[in-house]
Parts: sequence; C-alpha cells; structure tokens
Amino acid sequence: MTVVDVRKDLGAATLTFVAEFDAPPERVWKVWADPRQLERWWGPPTWPATYTEHDFTEGGTSRYHMTGPDGTRAHGWLRFSAIDPPNSLELTDGFADETGANNPELPTSTMRATFESVGDGTRMTLVATYPSSEAMRMVLDMGMEEGMKGALGQVDAVLAG
Amino acid sequence: MVIEAMSEEAVDRIFHALADATRRDIVARTMVGGRSVSALASHYAMSFPAVHKHIAVLERAGLVTKERDGREQVVRARVEEVRRASRLLDELAGLWVARLDRLGEVVAEPQEGEGS
Repeated sequence: MTVVDVRKDLGAATLTFVAEFDAPPERVWKVWADPRQLERWWGPPTWPATYTEHDFTEGGTSRYHMTGPDGTRAHGWLRFSAIDPPNSLELTDGFADETGANNPELPTSTMRATFESVGDGTRMTLVATYPSSEAMRMVLDMGMEEGMKGALGQVDAVLAG
Repeated sequence: MVIEAMSEEAVDRIFHALADATRRDIVARTMVGGRSVSALASHYAMSFPAVHKHIAVLERAGLVTKERDGREQVVRARVEEVRRASRLLDELAGLWVARLDRLGEVVAEPQEGEGS
C-alpha cells in the first residue's frame, strides 16, 4: 500500500499523508514534473485530468481540466510557490472558469510535498491545507466522489489504526 | 453524502471554533463528561470572562452545550457534532488516498528508455 499514514488536524483543517514508494526521489519527482505522468494520477478514472500547460518552475502556473463521464469539463490551475528538485515542492490549487481563466471568487487550497530517501525508496510527506469548508466542498463536489468510493473503506482502516 | 446534511455556515463555524487551542482543549476536556465553567477556567491563564467567551463560540458552533446545575454551569461536548466536522476531513482524506495510490502506480511503471 502506498499511503502508510494519514493524520487529520481538525483545528487547522489540514490533512497530512505519508506515502512510501519503491523508487528513488528522482523518480517520484517525475510524476509531478512530467505533465503526461501527472495527469494520470491527478484525476480519478471517471474524471481524468488533462494538463494543457505545465510550467513546473518557482512562480510557474499549470492549467488543467478534468473531463466527467458526460463530457463536462471542470477547469483548475496550480501555482508553484516553491520548487526544490527532488526534495520539496509547494503549490496553490485553484479553480478556473470554463475558459480556464482563474476564478478569484473560488477558494484555493495549498499543499506541500517533501521527498526523503529511505533505503532504495522514497518517503513522501504531503500536507494539504483547506482555508474553509467551501474549499473542502468544492474539491469534493468536483465530480470526485466516484473515484474515492473504493478508498473510503481504506481510509477508515487507516484512521482507525 | 454526510456533509450534505450540514450547511456551509455551520461547517465554517465548527472549523473556526476549533481553530483555537483553548477551545480545542475545552472540547477535549468535555468529551468524556460535563465540566463546570469554573473547573474549566482553572486550567487556563486567562480571565473568567475570556473563558466564557470561548465557551460561547463553541456553543454557537453547536460543539458544546451549557446547562445550569445548581449554582454551576456545566459544559458538555456534543460528540456527534464534533464527529460530523471530522467526517468532512475524512472524505477529503479518502480522495487523497485514492490519488496517492494512483501516483504510486505511475511511479511503479517502467520508464521509457529503461526497457520493460
């Protein structure tokens, strides 16, 4: 199993995940850096992501959309506030209107990922912070429920452990 | 979904209420049973009215109840409300676990140029 620990901080509206991979940090870094690899895990199978722009540099912006089963497109963007290959990255995740333009009315969330060498593998720690329940709900409503059904039992087990 | 049952403002009140360390501590201390306001106040280096204010924020968020018991006011956490807020984060966690599992699958695939 990829995810070895999930911690939730109700007060800070923060989720922390620790995941381990049998590959060095340079390899794990590529699934963020290469848009063709990134889009394969970003969206659930029912709402696959397509990255139309991916400026993976400090201050750079990425644009993507996710396509639902009925062809509906949900647009989003990422802005990278820190990039230190292959050690850490920090980004803001936001929503966009149907043309892909940033919608400042909509809430954003932030995430920070750090990568450490552990033996021949990598431990990735990811912290996602949601500034309001609106931000949480937007993420949940973006057609993602389908993709997480299978994971819910799994996360219950993790949280109970 | 569970979160549909809760209004956005209600959820925001809960997260705002829990964003403060003293208020989280009050909820934790009253989860197992009622505590008087004066007993709670003795734990914190702040004025009695300040503790009262924190309790009022928690009450408005629906996270605790305050009842008179003789000369004391007794505070109790509403365990189910605390759980509801917790479940919203659980659902997001579920989404992330699925996403990170997919990430792991992409990492595990042989890279181009490495052969198969």
